[in-house]
Amino acid sequence: MRGNAESHQLIAPGNLASVLNLLAAEPGAWTPIAGGTEIMVAHAAGKLTAPKLVSLWGIADLRFIDVKPESIAIGAGATFVDLRRHALIAEELPLLAKASTWIGSIANQSRATLGGNLVNGSPAADSSPALLAYDAEIEMISVRGHRRIPYHEFHTGYKRNALALDELLYAVHLPRRFARHRQYLRKVGTRRAMAISKVALAATVLVDDRAGYGIINEVRLGAASLAAFPARLYQTENLLLGQRITRDTIAAAREAIVAEAQPIDDIRSTAEYRRRVAANLLEEFLLEVSREERSMKDTHP
Amino acid sequence: MSTTATTRIVGAPVPRKEGVDKLVGRAQYVDDIERDGMWHGATVRSTIPRGIIRSVSFDPCIDWSEFTIVTAADVPGKNHIQLIVADQPCLAEGQVNHCDEAILLLAHPDKHKLLDAVRAVKIEYDPLPAVLSIEESEKQDPVILGEDNIIKSFLLEKGDVDSVWATAAHIVEGEYRTGAQEHLYIENNGMIAEWSAENGITVWGSLQCPYYVHKTLRAVFDLPDEKVRVIQTETGGAFGGKEDYPSTLGAHAGLLAMKSGHVVKMIYDRMEDLAATTKRHPSRVRHRTAVDKDGKLLAMEIDLATDGGAYSTLSSTVLSRATLHSCGPYVCPNIRVSSHAWATNTIPYGAFRGFGAPQAIFAIERHMDEIAAVLGIDPVELRRRNFLHDGDRNLTDQLMREPVILDQLLDHALAESDYFAKRERYARENAASAVKRGIGIAAFYHGSGFTGSGELYLNSLAGVDVTADGKVRVLVSNTEFGQGTNTILTQIAAEALNLDFSDVMMAPADTAHIPNSGPTVASRTSMVVGRLVERASLQLITMLREYAGLGEHPAREEFFAACERYRATHGKVESLCRYEAPPGIYWDDKKYHGEAYPAYAWAIYVAQVVVDTVTYSAEVEDFWAVQEVGRVLHPVLAKGQIEGGVAQGIGYALYEKVVWQNGHMANNQMTNYIMPTAADVPPIHVFFEEIPFRYGGYGAKGIGELPHDGPAPAILNAIRDATGVEFDTIPLLPEDLFTQLSALQAPAQRVHPPAVEPAVL
Amino acid sequence: MSEHWPIIRMTLNGVDRSVQTPPMKRLLDVLREDLRLTGTKEGCGEGECGSCSVRMDGELVNSCLVPVLQAEGAVIQTVEGLAANDKLHPLQEAFLKCGGAQCGICTPGMLMAAAQLIERNPHPGMAEIREGLAGNLCRCTGFMRIFESVIAAAAEAPESAMERVPNAR
Repeated sequence: MRGNAESHQLIAPGNLASVLNLLAAEPGAWTPIAGGTEIMVAHAAGKLTAPKLVSLWGIADLRFIDVKPESIAIGAGATFVDLRRHALIAEELPLLAKASTWIGSIANQSRATLGGNLVNGSPAADSSPALLAYDAEIEMISVRGHRRIPYHEFHTGYKRNALALDELLYAVHLPRRFARHRQYLRKVGTRRAMAISKVALAATVLVDDRAGYGIINEVRLGAASLAAFPARLYQTENLLLGQRITRDTIAAAREAIVAEAQPIDDIRSTAEYRRRVAANLLEEFLLEVSREERSMKDTHP
Repeated sequence: MSTTATTRIVGAPVPRKEGVDKLVGRAQYVDDIERDGMWHGATVRSTIPRGIIRSVSFDPCIDWSEFTIVTAADVPGKNHIQLIVADQPCLAEGQVNHCDEAILLLAHPDKHKLLDAVRAVKIEYDPLPAVLSIEESEKQDPVILGEDNIIKSFLLEKGDVDSVWATAAHIVEGEYRTGAQEHLYIENNGMIAEWSAENGITVWGSLQCPYYVHKTLRAVFDLPDEKVRVIQTETGGAFGGKEDYPSTLGAHAGLLAMKSGHVVKMIYDRMEDLAATTKRHPSRVRHRTAVDKDGKLLAMEIDLATDGGAYSTLSSTVLSRATLHSCGPYVCPNIRVSSHAWATNTIPYGAFRGFGAPQAIFAIERHMDEIAAVLGIDPVELRRRNFLHDGDRNLTDQLMREPVILDQLLDHALAESDYFAKRERYARENAASAVKRGIGIAAFYHGSGFTGSGELYLNSLAGVDVTADGKVRVLVSNTEFGQGTNTILTQIAAEALNLDFSDVMMAPADTAHIPNSGPTVASRTSMVVGRLVERASLQLITMLREYAGLGEHPAREEFFAACERYRATHGKVESLCRYEAPPGIYWDDKKYHGEAYPAYAWAIYVAQVVVDTVTYSAEVEDFWAVQEVGRVLHPVLAKGQIEGGVAQGIGYALYEKVVWQNGHMANNQMTNYIMPTAADVPPIHVFFEEIPFRYGGYGAKGIGELPHDGPAPAILNAIRDATGVEFDTIPLLPEDLFTQLSALQAPAQRVHPPAVEPAVL
Repeated sequence: MSEHWPIIRMTLNGVDRSVQTPPMKRLLDVLREDLRLTGTKEGCGEGECGSCSVRMDGELVNSCLVPVLQAEGAVIQTVEGLAANDKLHPLQEAFLKCGGAQCGICTPGMLMAAAQLIERNPHPGMAEIREGLAGNLCRCTGFMRIFESVIAAAAEAPESAMERVPNAR
C-alpha cells in the first residue's frame, strides 16, 4: 500500500444537492468517488494526487434504473450488478447487459458504477462500446441545472470529457428502439475474466429487408482501444450505409476500419494486432448478419 | 519395508493437518503477526541495470534522525548471500548489476513515512553498458561476470555423435525458446526480524528452507549456529520462489533490526515482489537430431542456454537439471549436450517448479513433433519407437532398473482423451471453421530428489519424538506451503507407528527445534524425507521394544506407556535417522555420467486446444495428465498437486509474459501479469499409476514438479495440429500467433477464409 | 489517532463495531489492523486477486478497494464469521474434504466468493461456478478441487444452513 490515507480528505454528504453545492462552491477542488474501483487502485499505487474527495456512494438519487416508454434512464450511481439484474436491460439492451458481466469480477461489478466507468474515460472502458452502438445520451447535472449531450461527444480526448468543473455525470439515457436491430458485442482481452480490453467492438445494424434487398439502413459501430477514447467509427459506418452485405462490402469495410482505427502499442498488445482483430470482428459481425438475413429470407420467402 | 502392504492412513484421504486453521482464517501468515514496538522496513533499489554508484544523497525534506539507515558498510560479517557461489551481495556495494538491486535499507515505526523516505533517497550512477539477453552475453563484450560471462557449463557426451551425421536418413534441426515466468504466489515475500546481543538474530517469515536462511544469516551476521534462529510462518505459496530469496530478505530485516534495536517487519507489496524477486530462467535450446528412416533416434546434439541473471545463485543446478532432462524419455545411443548458463544484467533467476526441466522438456517434446512432421510419421508412433524401457540406458548411461511403463501410460492417455478420433475429426472439420481445434501430447520424466551425489552432500537428518503429553512430533526442516508436507509426513509416522492420524503432529518449523533434513525442493520431500521419517518411526519401535518392553502388536495406549518408561530411563523419547543412498548409486560429476537420480516419475500429458482465428487466441479446452509417481500417499493432495502444476504450465505456455524494459519488469502488477483464472482453466483429468519405489517413503517418488514439465509442449504441439504452423517460443500470446499466421497471408485478408460465403441478398 | 477522523460504525460478523480512522483508509486495513481480524488477506492491492474479498451489505466486494468511510452503517461478513461458533460452514467442510485449500492464502476470499455464489444460486452449474470464482486467483490448486468443493457444499447443504449466514438484504 503506497498511498497514505492521512493525506486525503474524504467526506460523504449523503445527498445530491449537497454534493452539487460543494462542487459549485469549490470547482475542481473535490474529486468525486463512487465505487472506488479505479481511484482506490491509484491510491494503493501511491498515485492518487487528489487531496479532497467527495463520496457519491449510497446517494439514492444517483442509483436508479428508470424505464420510460421511449427510453431507459440509468443513474450514474448504478452498479454493474444493478445492470446485470435488470430484466428489461437484458431483454432490450443485451449488449449493455453483456458488457456488465465483463467489468473485472463479481466483486468489482458490485462496486463499479456506470458513471465511474465513463468518467474514468479509459479508452478500454467496458461499457462504452455498447453505449455508443445504442446512441446513448449523457445527462450532466450541476447547481445550474441539467444538460444533455450525445454520448459520442462526451469524451474529448485521452481521459478528458465534457463535464464542467462543477458538474457531475447524472444519468445515461438509452433509446428503446433496437428490438429489430442486429446487435453484436465482442471484447478481446488477455483472458476470459478480469481482463482489460485489447480491443472491443459493438455494433447495431438495421437491415431493410423489404423487397428482399437487405440494405443496411442504420449502422453504429462503437469501439474500445482503437483510439485515445472509446469512439464511434464514422467512416466505416458511412461506407456500410446503404450497402448490401457482399464479399466486396466486407472487404471494403475491413479496409475502412483498418484505416480509421488508431490503436497504439502498449503493455498489453500491439497496434497491428488490434487493427487486424478489429477488422476480423467487423467481418464476423457482418457475416452473422448476412447469414441471419439469408435464413430469414429462406423461411419467409 | 511395506510398500505394498495394506495401509490404513498412508493412501487415505485424511484431512489436511493444518486445514481447519486455514479455513477459518486462524492461520498466521507473516503479515498477520504484530509485535509491540515493531518498526517497518523498506528497500531502496537500483533504477539502472548496470553502473557505478557515484553518490547517495538524502533529501533534507525528511527528518532522517527518525530513521535507521543500513548500507553494505553495516554488514557485520560477509556481505554475501550464501548459496552455491557467494557472489550475490546482500546489499550492493559500489556497483549495481541489475535493476531493482537492493542498495540500502530504511526502517521507521510509521509505514507511510517510510515510503516518503524511500522516494527521498537520491542515487546517482555512472551507467555501464548492460547485457540484457543470452545473445548479448554470448558476445562477451562487455564481460560482466568472471572471464567470459559463463556462470556454469556442462558437456555431456555419450557414444560418438559426429560419426552419425553423414549416414543418417534425416537430420532435423530446431530452436526453441522459453521466457521468464513469475511464481505469483498469492502471499508476497515477508519477514520479521529481531536482534539482541544475548540471543543473536531471529527471523520469522514466508519461506521454504529454514536452514538456507540460517546459513546466510550466520555468514552475514558472523554468528555461531545457536545464535541464529529461523522460524517459518504459514506460507502462502512458494513454488521455488521462496527457496533462496528469503535469505536475502531475512538478512535485510535482520540488519535493520540489529541497527535500529527494534523488531522490524518487511513485507513486499505486489509491485515490489514482482519486480525484485527471482523468476524462472529463460532458455534457448537448439536441437540437431539424426534419425533413421523409421524415426529411430541415432544422434542428438543439443545446445542449451539459460539466462542466469546478474549473479550465480542457483543457475548451476538449474542448468544441471535442464541438461539431464534435455533428451526426453528416449533411447539414443549418441548424445552431446553442451549447456551454458549466461550472466546478464537482469534480476537473478532462481528456482521455480521444474527447475530447468520445463525448459528442456519443452524443447525436446516440440522437437519430436517436428521430427515426426519431417518424416511423415505419427508423433505418437515416433515416440513409441524410441521410448525407454526396463533395462535400457538413458543419456547418462543410467540403467533403468525400476519399471518404465511409458507405453502403458501412453495407451491410457490416448484412450482417455480419445486422441486419434479427435485428431481425425479436427483434420476434417478445421478447414471449414474459423475456430480450429488440435490435440497434442508430451512424454516426459522428472528425476526425484537431488542430482547424483546431492543427497549424500545434504546428509539429511530427520525423525520423530514423543512429548510427555502423548503427542508424536515429526522432526524435519521440510516445510508446508500448500503442497501437503505436514499431512504426508504425519501420515507416514502414524502409519509406521500404528497410531491414529490425530496422534501425530509436526514439530514447529523452527531451527531451534528441528534437525536439518534438507530443503523443501527438488520433489524430495515424500521420497527422501518421507523415507527418513518412516525409518525413524520403525527405529523408535525397535528402541521401545529393546529398552521399554513394548510388545509385538501394541495398542495405542501401550505405545505411549512404553514411551514414558523409555523417557524415565533415557530423558527424552527421540529417534533420528540419517540419509542413506540406495545401493549402487554411482555418479561422475565431471563427466555427468551414471545414476543421475535415484528414481524417476514418468508421464504422458495430452492437451486439447481451440484456436480462434478471429482473435488469434489459443485456449486449452481439455487436458489429461497420466503419470506414474510411485506410491500415492494421499489421493486428494496428489491430485491437487498435478492440477495446480498443470494450471501453472498452461500459464507458462499461453498467458504469462514478463515484459522487460531495459532490464526492469515493466508489467509488475497483477492486472498486467496474466495467470489463468477459474474461467480460463480447462477440466484437468488426472490419473495415477503406482509402482512403489522401495527407497521412497512408503514407496513414494517425487510429484511436486512433474506436472509443470508437460503442459507447455503438449499445448504447443496441439496448436501445431490445429493450425499446421510451428510455434517454438513460449509464452505464445495471441499477438505472436497473429504475427506468424498473418505472415502467411496477404495483409488485407483474414488468415483463414470465412467458412460461409456472405449471402447475396 | 486524530480527533477529526470520523467514527465509522458497522456490523461485523453479527457484532456492532466502531472505529475512528482516516476515511480513506482501506476497509482491508481497518479489518486487519484496527479490528485485528487478519483472516482477510492482501495479495495485490489492485482488486485483481480477490484474497481481500468480504461481503458487504449482501454483495461481494474487494475490501482493498473500499474506503472505510463508505462502509459506514454496513453489514459486513469476513471469513471469521462463516463458521457458527465451533461448527464449520458447509463450504468449509467441503473444502476440507475435497482439498479446496492448499497454501490457504486465497482461501478466505475464495470462501466468501463461494458463499456469495451459493447463497444467491443454491445449485450453480459449472459455468456459474467459474464465473462466480473468476475474481479469486488461486495459484496452488488449478481450481479443480475448489470447483468440487463448491459442488459438494451445494449438494449437501440444506437451504436452512445457508440462512445462518448474516445477510443484510
